[in-house]
Amino acid sequence: MSTTSIPAPRTGYSRHKSTRSKFEMFAWLFMRISGVVLVILIFGHLFVNLWVGDGVQAIDFGFVAGKWASPFWQIWDLLMLWLAMLHGTNGLRTIIMDYSEKPSTRMALQVILYIAAVIVIVLGTLVIFTFDPCPAGADPSVLAEFCKA
Amino acid sequence: MSTDTTPAEPASKIDLPDHVAGDAGSIPSFDCTFRIARFDPEQDSEPHWEEYNVTMYGTDRVLDALHKIKWEIDGSLSFRRSCAHGVCGSDAMRINGRNRLACKTLLKDLDTSKPIIVEAIKGLPLEKDMIVDMEPFFQSYREIMPFLITSGHEPTRERLQSAEQRQAFDDTTKCILCAACTSSCPVFWTDGQYFGPAAIVNAHRFIFDSRDEGGDMRLEVLNDKEGVWRCRTTFNCTEACPRGIEVTKAIAEVKQAILQRAF
Repeated sequence: MSTTSIPAPRTGYSRHKSTRSKFEMFAWLFMRISGVVLVILIFGHLFVNLWVGDGVQAIDFGFVAGKWASPFWQIWDLLMLWLAMLHGTNGLRTIIMDYSEKPSTRMALQVILYIAAVIVIVLGTLVIFTFDPCPAGADPSVLAEFCKA
Repeated sequence: MSTDTTPAEPASKIDLPDHVAGDAGSIPSFDCTFRIARFDPEQDSEPHWEEYNVTMYGTDRVLDALHKIKWEIDGSLSFRRSCAHGVCGSDAMRINGRNRLACKTLLKDLDTSKPIIVEAIKGLPLEKDMIVDMEPFFQSYREIMPFLITSGHEPTRERLQSAEQRQAFDDTTKCILCAACTSSCPVFWTDGQYFGPAAIVNAHRFIFDSRDEGGDMRLEVLNDKEGVWRCRTTFNCTEACPRGIEVTKAIAEVKQAILQRAF
């Protein structure tokens, strides 16, 4: 009978050191609050775009330009963009934390996620604030009413 | 004092004739197959399935079947069990894909027409067959300081508590540390860093105890990256608990306590 070598003693189980950070608490709280606010924002958005007046038939360049000429809808859409993106990003972050086993996979997925989130948030914010409702030289038939004045 | 001359009473006052008695009172027996995940660290690199056919009775539990296999078929089968009556919490295992105590799972409640699948609990390092290394589980249990913390002089009489004060943590006093909840939690399976439901339940037992003064310290520990905020409320723990503790509710109460303390 062959002699079996004695296995190395267990290296013990190492828990992560406590971080003493409140980040996870605020992330958890943010998910609840942004979820409730998003329900109002999204259903308000759907109601105004698809239901009021001519409904879905009214949506064209002029309709969007008209909405973004008003600071109310600029802030509404900005809030919706930021809350939805941060809510979704944090949700994906928790899924990555829960299901990726190798630290390298976890890191790679998180980097991709954060880059994607930053690109969408920056681009979206830029569009909302730099949007020109009456571009010069455009076909006047697609522009909003107030551009002709 | 008179001497007793009447004859002793018979064991049963009703003597059933043979054709009536029959075997109506006997316990039904049935054959069932057990598919058990076997793992011998000296030979196997990972667990493999083995099947055992045993004749069991309607009053038997999964633990009785494991005993029968170990004592009569294969003595190398390893599992933990101590009291065998659902109190010590030694024999938590995964039976038909659910974490339960083998000593509290009656065979008649399982589908015996199909093989009964028995595995070790998940998420903890496997040592042999049903035996896992419980150290990670107990390490997070120790970290939440599961003992009474008080300040000042010890009172000369017992620390009094009203029925309502006791009711606040009554449910979480029932924990027997069997690890059925923690090893049913998908968040714990990934990296074992999450404190796990059992540690939070035992923290809850002291946080909500009016006699204890260490609540703040425990809430601080559980406010960590791997603390209560990793709970996704999948309710696996509540379903797994053999003592019927509302584990997910206890975790939610700890979350609330942390939030109330922070704001």
